[in-house]
Amino acid sequence: MQAVKYARASSVEEAISLLQEGGDGARPLAGGTDVIVQARERTRDISLFVDIKHIPELIGIDHSADGLTIGAATPCYQIYGDDKIQSDYPILVDSCSLIGGTAIQGRASLGGNLCNSSPAADGIPSLIVLEAQVEIAGPNGRRSVPVEDFCTAPGRNVLAAGEFVTKLTFPAPAGGSGARFLRFIPRNEMDIAVTNAATQLRLNGDGSVAWARVSIGAVAPTPLLVADAAAALIGQPLSEQTIAAAADASRAAANPITDMRGSIRQRVHLAGVLTERTIRQAAERAA
Amino acid sequence: MASEHVVVNCTINGENQVFLANERDSLLEALRDRIGLTGVKEGCNNGNCGACCVNMDGRIVNSCLVMAAECEGAQIRTVEGLADGDQLSPLQNAFLEQAALQCGICTPGFLVAAEALLEQNPDPTEHEIRYWLAGNLCRCTGYDKIIKAVQQAAGQSVV
Repeated sequence: MQAVKYARASSVEEAISLLQEGGDGARPLAGGTDVIVQARERTRDISLFVDIKHIPELIGIDHSADGLTIGAATPCYQIYGDDKIQSDYPILVDSCSLIGGTAIQGRASLGGNLCNSSPAADGIPSLIVLEAQVEIAGPNGRRSVPVEDFCTAPGRNVLAAGEFVTKLTFPAPAGGSGARFLRFIPRNEMDIAVTNAATQLRLNGDGSVAWARVSIGAVAPTPLLVADAAAALIGQPLSEQTIAAAADASRAAANPITDMRGSIRQRVHLAGVLTERTIRQAAERAA
Repeated sequence: MASEHVVVNCTINGENQVFLANERDSLLEALRDRIGLTGVKEGCNNGNCGACCVNMDGRIVNSCLVMAAECEGAQIRTVEGLADGDQLSPLQNAFLEQAALQCGICTPGFLVAAEALLEQNPDPTEHEIRYWLAGNLCRCTGYDKIIKAVQQAAGQSVV
């Protein structure tokens, strides 16, 4: 392990000043399931962990008429254990119960999954189709970023020096909407996505698609919002043809690499398959 | 930047503990090297294998992915806390009776993880057991005997 120091922040203001004092090597620490490994394996230069999970606004789940707020450091098990998330946002259960195993889910957070900014993150496509907003605090005040604009490259994002994510906010689900996240891995659990995908859609009374959002992961430097896949669905009946057109759009948007987990060809294929399956299963949840 | 020592107050296996840790120590390193609880094992040291699994504030965690300094005020339970003196817990006995271990390195992690499962779900299905324990790797047993031991500890009939 690098000679890393540890400080526990009790307020957003204290965390900002600790991160500023710590300079380039200061990193926020929530569940630590990525950053502690990065410090140990020296894949990032980390000289100070600022523990942000004891700041009240960073932990917890709040449901209101406007929608849902999840503190950035809230661990996955709290998210998938929340009754109202299970009923109103089951796609977050899909994602949070697939991130690592039980012991990882006891610590790992959606905010951390987002800030780690892996192209294969299992939380981010779900956040994208749910239209999550990322609430950020930093030395220059607070700002909010649509989640699809957050990641900029593998392991990189829009956070400036001294900034960290405080909350994720989600609009209330519209009536007749449903969402689903799926991941392909060569075993049943505990692996990193070869490709993943998420769809949220809203159905009209006649079964046609009123609104949709599709996201695919592990097929580009960042998780992608596939506007063309949504465009292929919106205003159309949910037919074989429409679904095939959306899957084509995902295959066209995919721009993957070949690595130890999968080839370009396999990932492009999977982007189509998972788009199709998430559309069908999101529609089942919408019904 | 040199790391400094920190004093950590926490509860380990029901007893108050005050220990001195290096700021860079993981909970795994503190338990083994500072406190002498060597039941907790180091496998991969990066969160994949589950050998270092301990119970922290009611949830299982990989102690290699927890900084010792984070444990101020925490309730920690390790494999050493399962037995009552010389009396093994029902889960430990079931592991012996089902021969659910060979080399034994993964066993403390499996015991702590399975105990946490049975606390929150006293009658789990085989699928639930396998899913809960997916983060604990065993390279010897092929898992079936471990699953049977957990089923036996849950009072289920084991074929």
